[in-house]
Amino acid sequence: MAKVATRVSYGTALVKYGVDNPNVVVLDADLSKSTKTDTFKKVCPERFINCGIAEADMMCVAAGLAACGKTAFASTFAMFAAGRAFEQVRNSIGYAHLNVKIGATHAGISVGEDGASHQCLEDLALMRSIPGMVVINPADDIEAQLAVKAAIEHDGPVYMRFGRLAVEDVNPEDYNFELGKGVQLREGTDVTIIATGLMVQEAIKAHDMLKDEGISARVINIHTIKPIDEEIITKASKETGAIVTAEEHYIMGGLGSAVTEVVCANAPCPVKIIGTDRYGCSGKPAELFVKYGLTAENMVAKAKEAIAMK
Amino acid sequence: MDEKRVVELSIIANKVRKNALTAVHSAQSGHPGGSLSIADLLTLLYFEVMKNDPKNPKDPDRDRFVLSKGHTAPALYGTLAERGYFPVEDIPGFRHIDSYLQGHPDMTKVPGVDMSTGSLGQGVCVAGGMALAAKLDNKDYRVYSVLGDGELEEGQVWEAAMFAPHYKLDNFTIFIDNNGLQIDGKITDVMNPTPIDKKFEAFGWNVIIANAHDFNELLDAINAATACKDKPTAIIMKSVKGKNVSFMENQAAWHGTAPNDEQYAQAIAELDAKIAELEAKL
Repeated sequence: MAKVATRVSYGTALVKYGVDNPNVVVLDADLSKSTKTDTFKKVCPERFINCGIAEADMMCVAAGLAACGKTAFASTFAMFAAGRAFEQVRNSIGYAHLNVKIGATHAGISVGEDGASHQCLEDLALMRSIPGMVVINPADDIEAQLAVKAAIEHDGPVYMRFGRLAVEDVNPEDYNFELGKGVQLREGTDVTIIATGLMVQEAIKAHDMLKDEGISARVINIHTIKPIDEEIITKASKETGAIVTAEEHYIMGGLGSAVTEVVCANAPCPVKIIGTDRYGCSGKPAELFVKYGLTAENMVAKAKEAIAMK
Repeated sequence: MDEKRVVELSIIANKVRKNALTAVHSAQSGHPGGSLSIADLLTLLYFEVMKNDPKNPKDPDRDRFVLSKGHTAPALYGTLAERGYFPVEDIPGFRHIDSYLQGHPDMTKVPGVDMSTGSLGQGVCVAGGMALAAKLDNKDYRVYSVLGDGELEEGQVWEAAMFAPHYKLDNFTIFIDNNGLQIDGKITDVMNPTPIDKKFEAFGWNVIIANAHDFNELLDAINAATACKDKPTAIIMKSVKGKNVSFMENQAAWHGTAPNDEQYAQAIAELDAKIAELEAKL
């Protein structure tokens, strides 16, 4: 099956679910060819608003449109959406609890050659800290498209994280996406690998590698970082007694932090967090995954460490 | 406007000033100076200009108002209360833990507040989005926003300044409360934003200069803004910080300082005297 980048899925879904909904407007900050909002612009130019290279203004304009009844999709790279415009998102979108959906593309280290300035590895932490903000990090094409649909149906602000790198499908064609619900992709009893975004496909590989060594690893895809599925995480902690989390994000504040918050409160067990702990650098995505330990091989190693701590 | 209406509005504006001072005095915190300088404008907007109904504050066809200089919430609350959006008796709750009257405007809590503001530079950008929404929906509501002159130092104001003319938002009028003072002193000493008129003209705005404390001059400016097609309008209001309270006028120190009991009593006495003088003219 052809690989698809979730940013492409974003553009596809905006057309699929947005064109027939007259309330949907799409904003961009001079990156429509990269964020793929140009697909919406082509079929619905009257509801496409280019704000120019002015992300702070774009987030506030989106808030103003939402305050007047629109479902406003504000799109730019994750670095500028969650980073540069953080305070506009916090104060004009989050605090006002407006119906703005942030489509943040080119997230994570997999943006590759552009290097550290564009590799946003803190957006999940930043967005998760805003009360009432829903945070979604889809793993593949179908999940990304359904996240957009769910965002339209949800009343309130949503942050969606999309990647530039083409990825394999991890979900079936008849996949049922439920906001806030984790998905168990593989059964296992010795350890649970909880992954998000691009790391989900690596987690499935790690499951197979561990199986070859006689270790039974459960695999859970957490696409909604907030509100997080406490039930599936607590159950995994109780039933497998060891957890590894994996994300293309700093180890501070992202999926790993969210999972440990749940585990510590409900059912403590050893948790090993896989993520980055420094600025990235230029390189090909596959090379960067290896350099920063975002691989199935590292998940296998961390799974064994977590099991040893039981 | 005839002279009688001007007198009536002047009375309301001074009541708004009293409300604002009562709020700040009660909280022993807040921003009196810039609240007093925009009291006349807010009175004119809510009592004469804007399509608004206190009984239907969420009417989708209402005119919108965004207080981009959100720290002057005491003036906005004072006006909304006089207009009937909520009881004047609630004003002393301002900034208190059990009140809905937050230190800066919160649209989710306060009836009549169209946008949560407080972080400078953001409100004017949001207001631009509201004006665009009216255009997209072919509705005829208008959007008004007030900025401080110190607020012009925020870079994102100039992103909005590019945005509104680009999308020909002629339903959008902003007011610059040009009292010349910010927290640390004169705007020209702290970080000079002048010439304000030439900057907005260069960005493509219709620019009008008006006296912030002359109702007829302000109304003429607003009517000229409404008549102007294809361009947003920036009305630079020459205002007096601390207007109508003798010891607060033109003093930067009163930007964010609450009056003590004695100062509050004197300020209220001065405003009551002005109201009595005006009422005698009716």
